[in-house]
Amino acid sequence: MPETESPVRELTLAEAVREALAEEMRRDSRVCVLGEDVAEAGTPFKVLSGLVEEFGKERVVDTPISEPGFTGIGVGAAMTGLRPVVDIMFGDFLTLIMDQIANQAAKVHYMSGGHWKVPMVLRTTLGASRRSAAQHSQSLHAWPSHIPGLKVALPSTPYDAKGLMKTAIRDDNPVIFFEDKMMYKLKGPVPSDEYTIPFGMADIKRVGRDITIVATSSMVQVALGAAKLLVEVGISAEVIDPRTTWPLDERTLIESAKKTSRAIVVDEGYHRYGVTAEIASVIAEGAFYNLDKPVKRMGAMHVPVPFSPPLEDATVPSESKVFDAARELCG
Amino acid sequence: MYRQMVRIREFEQRANDLYLRALMPGLTHLYEGEEAVAVGICEALQPDDYITSTHRGHGHCLAKGASPDLMFAELLGKEAGYCRGKGGSMHIADPATGNLGANAIVAGSAGIATGAAFAAKRLGNGRLCVCFFGEGALGQGVLYEVMNMAQLWKLPVIYVCENNLYNEYTHYSETTSGEILARPAAFGIPAESVDGQDVQAVYGAARRFVELARQGHGPGFILCNTYRFRGHHVGDIKRDYYRPKQEEQQWMGERDPITRLANSLAEMGHADRASLDQLYAEVKVEMDKAVEFAIAAPYPSIDQAEQDVYA
Repeated sequence: MPETESPVRELTLAEAVREALAEEMRRDSRVCVLGEDVAEAGTPFKVLSGLVEEFGKERVVDTPISEPGFTGIGVGAAMTGLRPVVDIMFGDFLTLIMDQIANQAAKVHYMSGGHWKVPMVLRTTLGASRRSAAQHSQSLHAWPSHIPGLKVALPSTPYDAKGLMKTAIRDDNPVIFFEDKMMYKLKGPVPSDEYTIPFGMADIKRVGRDITIVATSSMVQVALGAAKLLVEVGISAEVIDPRTTWPLDERTLIESAKKTSRAIVVDEGYHRYGVTAEIASVIAEGAFYNLDKPVKRMGAMHVPVPFSPPLEDATVPSESKVFDAARELCG
Repeated sequence: MYRQMVRIREFEQRANDLYLRALMPGLTHLYEGEEAVAVGICEALQPDDYITSTHRGHGHCLAKGASPDLMFAELLGKEAGYCRGKGGSMHIADPATGNLGANAIVAGSAGIATGAAFAAKRLGNGRLCVCFFGEGALGQGVLYEVMNMAQLWKLPVIYVCENNLYNEYTHYSETTSGEILARPAAFGIPAESVDGQDVQAVYGAARRFVELARQGHGPGFILCNTYRFRGHHVGDIKRDYYRPKQEEQQWMGERDPITRLANSLAEMGHADRASLDQLYAEVKVEMDKAVEFAIAAPYPSIDQAEQDVYA
C-alpha cells in the first residue's frame, strides 16, 4: 500500500466495495446499479446496504430474476450514456449471461470499428467453502479472462477492492469484477482519501527470496498463511497477487520468478485449463533459464464442488497443501 | 418512403450480385420483400432515436440513414466500411444514425435495445429505441425477460417482430405455439398486427407506438406480417423442400411492397409512372456508384487486427 497522509480506517472488503460504489455514484450521476435484491436488501451479502437510501431506486434498481435480460439492459445502457454496475449474485450464474458478456459486451467496441463503447462493470462472486454445493461455489473467472474485449479484476484485500472497483467504473470497457464471498468480512486498512489502482499492476503482498507464490483473490490469504509456515522451515516465500487476470502484469510475475527461481501458482478456479495454466506458462516462457524446477500449479480439484464439508474443503488449495508444495519445490 | 424501399431493393440485388461474382467474403441475408417494414418504422423515428438490427439488417440500416457506399465497403471487409471491415454484413453499426448495431445472435439485441431505452428514460433525452427482430427470436427467453422489465419500468422501446414465416428453413408454425400477440399481451404491452407489405400501414402503427413511448406510456409491440423473397441467405437457392415455389410466386406477384406502393401512389395521383421510373434510375446510379466505391476501397492493414479490442 502506498504511503498516504490521509487517515487510514479498518474496513471490511464488503465495506470497501460499497464505499467505492458510493463515491463513484456521488462523483458521476451516470453510474447506476442493476441487479436482484440490490436496493433495500442490499444483496444477500449486504454489500450494497445503504446505497438505495442515498441514491434512490432510480439508480439502485431491483430487477426481476432475469440475469440475461438485465445484463443485456446494462450493455445497452452503457452504450447509450450510462455507466451501469450490474450485480450477478453468484459467479455460477455466469452460465446464464455468457451471451451477453462474451458475444455482446465484449465485442461491441471491436465489431463496430471502435464506434460504440460498453463502460459497464459486472460484479459477481467466486469461492467455495460456504457449504453451498456445486451451483453456488464455483470460481469461473477463467471464462471471461479467455474472451478478448473483457477485463477481469479480482481483489484480495479491502484496499485493493476499493481501488480496483473505482478503476473498473471509470474504465470504458466491460469489466468483470469477482469478489470472494468468504472475504467479505475480511478487514484491512483503507485510506479515506481518494485513490484508484490501475489494472494490469500486480502487487507484491510479501517479499521473499526462495520461491514465488502467485495467488489470486481467495488464495492470497492462503498463500500468505503458507508463507508464514514456510518461515519456520527456513524458506522465504514471495507472494504476488496479479489483481487483474486481464490485463495481466506479466513482467512482475516473471521478474519475481527469475529472482527466486521457483514458482507456484495458486487459484481457486478449476485446475484444468484454468488461470493457473495461463500464468504458469507466462512464467515458464519468461523465466525459463532461471527456473530450477517446473512451475507448480494448484487449482480447485476437477470435480463439481461437493456439499459435504470435508469433501468440499478437500477440493480447494489450503495453507498446508501450498506449504507442502513449496517445501517440495525448495527441497 | 418509396425511394427508401427502392434503395433497399437495389442494394440487396447488388449484394447478391457481389456474392455471385465471388467479390463478397462469407454470406449475407437479404431483406428483399420486407422493405416496407424497415421503411415504415424508421420513417416514424427521429434521427437520434436508436435502432437495433438483425443478421438480415441491411434494410434497417439504410432506412435509418446509413450510406450505401460505407455499407458495401463493410460487406466487402474494407477499411472504409462502417466497422472498418471488422463486422461485415451482420454487424453494421453507426452512432451517427442511432444504429446500435446489427446482431448475429437471434434476439441478441433485445437486451441492448431495452438498455438503450432504459438509458434514454434515465437521462431524460426524449429518445426511444426500436428493436427489430425476426419471428425466430420469439423462441429466445431473453426477449421475454426484457419485455417484462420494459413494461415494469415503462421504457420507451418498440419491439418490431418481422414475421417472414420462416425460422431459417423451418416454418414458424412448427416452432411457435399460441398466438404471437398473446405474448406481449401477457406483459400488458400494447400490440398490433399489421400488413408488413403495406408501408403506409406499418408507418401508421409506428407513429402510434412512437407517440405512446414518447409520452411515457412505455413499450409497444408491432407484429409485421411479411415475407422473405429470397432464401435464408444468398446461398439458400434450393428451397422447395421447405417452402413451395407457388407460395414465393404468390407473394412476389401479389404482395410486393414496392409495387403496391407504386400502384397506390399512381391511383391517388401522387406520382406518375414516369417519375417513379426516373426515381428508380437515380437509385440505380447511386447504388452502382456505392458498389464501385466499395470494390475500389482498400482492405485494412494487418496491424488493425489488434486495434479496438479495448476502448
